[in-house]
Amino acid sequence: MAKAKEHPLKPFYSVLVLAFACSALVAAAAVGLKPYQDENKSLDQKKNILTAAGLFQQDVSVDEQFGTIEARLVDLSSGNFVEDANIDLTTYDQLGAAKDQDNGREIDPATDIAGIKRQEKYSLVYLVKDGDRFDQVVLPIRGKGLWSTMYGYVAIDANLNTIRGVSFYEHGETPGLGGEIANPRWQKGWQDKDLYDQNNELAVSVVKSGTQSSPEEQAHQIDGLSGATITTQGVDSMMQFWFGDHGFKPFFEQLKNGGLNG
Amino acid sequence: MAESNKELLVRSVFKRNPIALLVLGICSALAVTGQMSTALVMSICVTLVTAFSSLTISIVRYQIPNTVRIGLQILVIATLVILVDQILQAFYYELSKQLSIFVGLIITNCIVMGRAEGFAMSNPPIPSFIDGIGNGLGYSFILMSVALVRELFGSGSIFGYEILATVNNGGWYVPNGMLVLPASGFFLIALLIWLIRTYDPEQQESQ
Repeated sequence: MAKAKEHPLKPFYSVLVLAFACSALVAAAAVGLKPYQDENKSLDQKKNILTAAGLFQQDVSVDEQFGTIEARLVDLSSGNFVEDANIDLTTYDQLGAAKDQDNGREIDPATDIAGIKRQEKYSLVYLVKDGDRFDQVVLPIRGKGLWSTMYGYVAIDANLNTIRGVSFYEHGETPGLGGEIANPRWQKGWQDKDLYDQNNELAVSVVKSGTQSSPEEQAHQIDGLSGATITTQGVDSMMQFWFGDHGFKPFFEQLKNGGLNG
Repeated sequence: MAESNKELLVRSVFKRNPIALLVLGICSALAVTGQMSTALVMSICVTLVTAFSSLTISIVRYQIPNTVRIGLQILVIATLVILVDQILQAFYYELSKQLSIFVGLIITNCIVMGRAEGFAMSNPPIPSFIDGIGNGLGYSFILMSVALVRELFGSGSIFGYEILATVNNGGWYVPNGMLVLPASGFFLIALLIWLIRTYDPEQQESQ
């Protein structure tokens, strides 16, 4: 290119102008679109809670369907409901709390079977009402699979034992293999499985697809995914963790007398 | 290079396809072709980003000092990509969740950079814009072809609609597990390049 020799300061000056223009554009878009993005996120979350509870209908507005669901905060170590006016449930950031020094705790590696390293002190739980009584409770769970952390919701019946449904809303497992955890057909296999046995010991497990077992065992066994052994193990460990002593078991104990409606 | 606008648009789809002839933009072509819907969104995003980055860079091409031109091109491209990503998150949340980091990775898509450096820096805005669209379409053509094969035989569906009922859903078709993995895109793209170069021997490289 036959051009006059550039002024030595010209590169600085033109980069500065362009960088300023670009950053203004990006900032405007980020700030301007934030409300829409936040709304999308919360809608998506509600949709997944409804799906786990088996209540989701495609053609009814999500907010309307969510009307029968009451969000509460639970102290995971004691199992009691948290009544703290300072915490706004609609904006409570549970995953953020887990990372926080004050609101989360480091999990002892020996008990960290779900592979999540840190756990929040307070967890959100969603009580699904049917008229005046509580019908089921939807609990958030997460744990490591083969490639990624899998995030999901499990809906438990008011007897605090029987699984009513499950949904996974975020994962990075292999499409077609581990990714089938998001397949509603597979999730159907979770329904009516019991978490605990007669001695109130955690008995639920996710087993290799096609395992032969007795009817008593079958009541607790969820069929795993074929071709996705490590994802299946991950889902299993995640259930062991979240429904064991460090998960929601204390919460269940507190409510046990008379179930959710006690 | 005195080509009409129409030629500029069409030539990049087949004759000078950025993936098949220039072998650019392979990375994302592997990553997002597991499903046709994600491939389509990715195609649209790349086409828009390429067209508008070429346009912008062509408009300011006389103001861009030679010494920092690559940096400035990246700056323009990155801005456009962030805009696309933000808009997807705001209005097409489901899709943005599926594409996740790949939208951000358009920045590193060699096609966008290649057209900015190779065409827009030395051509007027309108032809640059059309060249960008053309290259985007060429990219889309390959992406959609690969995605068609991968989704049909890997998941038994097209655009999410079930064509071959898979075993997982209670049907008869045992999906080809290799096709759902990104590596299978390599084989399919290679086959496509072979096909195109056999049909049009001019594209073959001289020995």
